[in-house]
Amino acid sequence: MLALLRSKKPQILERWIQHQLTLDTLRDDLISNDELREQSEGIVNLIVDQISEQTLALDPYALEPILEYLSGIAISRARHGFSPRETSFYLFSLKNAMLDMLAESAGSDIAALYDMTRSLGRFFDELSTSTFETFIKGREEVILRQTDEIAEISTPVIRVWDQILAMPLIGTLDSARTQVVMENLLQAIVDTGSEIAILDISGVPAVDSLVAQHLIKTVSATRLMGAECIISGIRPEIAQTVVQLGIDLSQVITKATLASALKSAFSMLKLEVRKTQSQKPFLI
Amino acid sequence: MLVVLNKDAFQIQREQDVILFRNRVKEFAVRIGMGVVNQTKLITAASELVRNMLRYASGGEVLIEVITRGRENGIRLTFKDQGPGIPDIKLAMQDGYSTGRSLGLGLPGTKRLVSEFDIKSTVGVGTTVTIVKWKNG
Ligand SMILES: Nc1ncnc2c1ncn2[C@@H]1O[C@H](COP(=O)(O)OP(=O)(O)O)[C@@H](O)[C@H]1O
Ligand SMILES: [Mg+2]
Repeated sequence: MLALLRSKKPQILERWIQHQLTLDTLRDDLISNDELREQSEGIVNLIVDQISEQTLALDPYALEPILEYLSGIAISRARHGFSPRETSFYLFSLKNAMLDMLAESAGSDIAALYDMTRSLGRFFDELSTSTFETFIKGREEVILRQTDEIAEISTPVIRVWDQILAMPLIGTLDSARTQVVMENLLQAIVDTGSEIAILDISGVPAVDSLVAQHLIKTVSATRLMGAECIISGIRPEIAQTVVQLGIDLSQVITKATLASALKSAFSMLKLEVRKTQSQKPFLI
Repeated sequence: MLVVLNKDAFQIQREQDVILFRNRVKEFAVRIGMGVVNQTKLITAASELVRNMLRYASGGEVLIEVITRGRENGIRLTFKDQGPGIPDIKLAMQDGYSTGRSLGLGLPGTKRLVSEFDIKSTVGVGTTVTIVKWKNG
């Protein structure tokens, strides 16, 4: 039976491609027919060449080259936006093509055909389970990359006034993110020659001891640069929690709102904001 | 009598799980109508313990339970790891004690933030920390 499969390699490929073109999981928007054919040919070549008693018995050593090749394809499909369902059906339709070939050529040996069908079934179950796992890993990588990108874009430094910078922090401050925040802030202080930096934590959901440590570190680094750092946006529930946790923020200038932080920044720079005396009369 | 109304287990394996886990705790707290101050205290305590688990025991499992006793509803969290364990719990519970060069406020601070706190640890076996935050506690 294995020899039969090997001798029918070109027919299996044709049959498989025919199958795929009729499936509603075909995505000709994501992959061209030529590319699909090339990818499919690679898989058929590999699977039909490698199929043996060992691979059908799911011997891990024998399966490895196949799984490795398929995981490459699964990852590339994940990146291209194929759904797991589409990738599973892609493989299952190869199984069907192989079974069709066997049924047509196996003759009357029903018992042998049944055995082979079961073995192929198990073999493909293994392949698709493993491809599925790889697929998920591929997606997770995408998510991790996006997390990094979000960390980059969500830490803007805003020049709110001459010599005053503000940095709204949104989300959680983990170690990696703090690094980005600190670098951006210190660089901006140098670039703009600012005297005061306001870190606004209104968008930070919780301040635990790690986040507090990162905030304190950022404040010290700012001071080392010769600038002053104010932490604003401390909501009442955060203030209570931080105190009970035992964190000492006495060395840090803290304000409830960005507006009050700005106000004290003005007074530190000896700036004054006031209404002008001579109001122009309204013309109605 | 204490009754468990609802529960959920959560695996902690990597840094990214911290945020997902905290969001899950928050969902439970919101569902029982916990106010924002107690919610924040609970989430912060949970954050401390889950970070300890990742840092000192390379992960573990947390059980989230909605519990009720008499007229009080609350959330109970059980953090269980198979890490190295804590040789001297009394020392670890002191403000400022840290083997990880951090603030050393995680365990003692958590105890102050919650209504009930229990820690059990066996060297070479692992650590289990259980906290309860009552809705109005
Ligand atoms: N799950 C744990 N497994 C082993 N050791 C722990 C665990 N949690 C805490 N510890 C020990 O207790 C010490 C104090 O913990 P903690 O109060 O959270 O402060 P910190 O995390 O800043 O060190 C840690 O430095 C560590 O030695
Ligand atoms: Mg800690």
